[in-house]
Amino acid sequence: MIRTRALTKDFVVSRTRTVHAVRGISLDVEPGELVAVLGPNGAGKTTTLRMLTTLIEPTSGTAEVAGYDVTDRPGRVRAAIGYVGQGGAGGAAQHVRDELVTQGEIYGLDRRRARVRAAELLEALDLTEQADRKVESLSGGQKRRLDVAVGLVHRPPLLFLDEPSTGLDPHNRANLWDHILRMRTAAPEPMTIVLTTHYLDEADTFAERVIVVDHGQVIADDTADALKAELAGDLVTLRVPAEHAAALATIAERAPGTRSVRVADGGVRAQAAGRAPGVEQTVEIRTADGPGAAPGLLRAADAAGVDVRRVDVARPTLDDVFLGLTGRSLRETGVDGAAPDPDEPTNAPTSATTKKEVPA
Amino acid sequence: MSAATLTPAPQASTERPLAHRSFVRDTRIVLLRELRPVARDPFSLLFGLIQPLVFLGLFGPLLVGSAGATLGADVWLWFVPAVLAMTTLFGSSVTGSNLQLDISSGVHERMLVTPLSRPAQLVGRALKEMVPVLAQSAVVLLVMLPFGLRPNPLGAVLTLLQLAVLGIGVGALSYSLALAVRKQEWMFWVVQQTVLFPVMLLSGMLLPLETGPAWMRAISTVNPLRYVVDSGRAAFAGDLASSAVAWGWVAAVVTAAVGLTVGVRAMIRSAD
Repeated sequence: MIRTRALTKDFVVSRTRTVHAVRGISLDVEPGELVAVLGPNGAGKTTTLRMLTTLIEPTSGTAEVAGYDVTDRPGRVRAAIGYVGQGGAGGAAQHVRDELVTQGEIYGLDRRRARVRAAELLEALDLTEQADRKVESLSGGQKRRLDVAVGLVHRPPLLFLDEPSTGLDPHNRANLWDHILRMRTAAPEPMTIVLTTHYLDEADTFAERVIVVDHGQVIADDTADALKAELAGDLVTLRVPAEHAAALATIAERAPGTRSVRVADGGVRAQAAGRAPGVEQTVEIRTADGPGAAPGLLRAADAAGVDVRRVDVARPTLDDVFLGLTGRSLRETGVDGAAPDPDEPTNAPTSATTKKEVPA
Repeated sequence: MSAATLTPAPQASTERPLAHRSFVRDTRIVLLRELRPVARDPFSLLFGLIQPLVFLGLFGPLLVGSAGATLGADVWLWFVPAVLAMTTLFGSSVTGSNLQLDISSGVHERMLVTPLSRPAQLVGRALKEMVPVLAQSAVVLLVMLPFGLRPNPLGAVLTLLQLAVLGIGVGALSYSLALAVRKQEWMFWVVQQTVLFPVMLLSGMLLPLETGPAWMRAISTVNPLRYVVDSGRAAFAGDLASSAVAWGWVAAVVTAAVGLTVGVRAMIRSAD
């Protein structure tokens, strides 16, 4: 469905400054896949999407979308894809239904069939009540559902979603995803979906495959579970009296499956009632299988006389994956794009820069 | 699949014929979409009439007092065609701000990702300008009838049509401006305001250029609006076969042609 080879995009900002927004991305997406492209703002997600949707031309490399080259046959690509951009699809003064009918006509439906299709989508996306209202009067969640409906009018086999749920509250996000997933399976052949996101849980929950992008390059590409197992591992956290921490660390290092052990700096004064007061420390153990490793660790600690007071087993998040890959936290690097990498200052434009402010 | 042997198309088996695309159909889709909010809320057009009515009400009487002697008895036949040209200029030159809204909201991007012809996206929008120009001009004419305006009827109709063509051109230029400055949106108003008033004053709209200095008259010869204003005055007076009317049409058509050409080029390059 998508095939890119060494796809790059440079934005010439000024005579002395070129932003390498995308630096050689090679990707294959098969029909029916649901892929999340994850990365901090400025990583090149949106720029990649804009190349795949024919909005901008690649600087070099090739991209085939739905079987057609994006540079040579943009008309074919446009006819085959649906696109839900970061912005809204509905004109403020337009009526909800009219926008869907217009979109149907744009894709070649006659007026009658466009009206039928619009009614179907209004029903499917829970917008029937809002059909004859102006777009500007819709709530955030309703607007976003309209954007999705607009992107689906022509039943595209491939749908691009650029940060589909940014700005929605958790309830509306879940609701939007319900609709997207239902529309995906309602299609005769499951729709291929490519989304960009910087919400970790969104990629984690909905995507079957996660592509992590940083500085315009793909740095990981697998299922969320495999990425987490391979790149991060589970985190077992044990709290012990400070004087036992070193002994526990030694035990943990010998335990099967352990990848790394870290004794957290600084003690925590014990608060629990009925215990001798004293300073406690936390030992963090990265291991392939946390729930499987914890009982063994506890038995070994017991045998060595280590007094374990608290146990916590956490499955890794995609943030842990990103941290493992880059040494930076996705949350810190992300959302406002305010933390460019000091080593490569020209490679970290904010996504707003990539999108609007960089003259090409 | 004999065709596949001629053109080594990638994945010839999936090559379905594209829905028939015609420029006229695409233009119609864009035009009707632009007209829908106007049709739903026709009174929004009245806001565009405030300025011309202020000029008619507050400048017209001054003109009668000061220039009534030189212009002869029918000051309105001289001034109303100018106010119609002003309405067109003011209304159509701001229409680019609608496109700015669509660019910042994401609507423009949505359209660019569809197979909709890019030239049609500009032409459809520009053609829509005819509707407010005609509607507003008709209201101005009706308002002025009780005050003694008696234009040549055919001349008035032809002038309205000429203004509609001018409106397409001015609208297209306004869209071009919006597209050109889409990365610095505030520039739109700076340029629009900077251009608007010189164009207005150098058209002889408010006061006759004949009494102005030679350099002003020289500059005004390249101002298309001047020819449209002169044409309107001649047509209102019933002088339909005059060269002024012919030049008015030339100016309106040239403005439309230049506007559409520049606008289509800007639209095609508007994605990045």
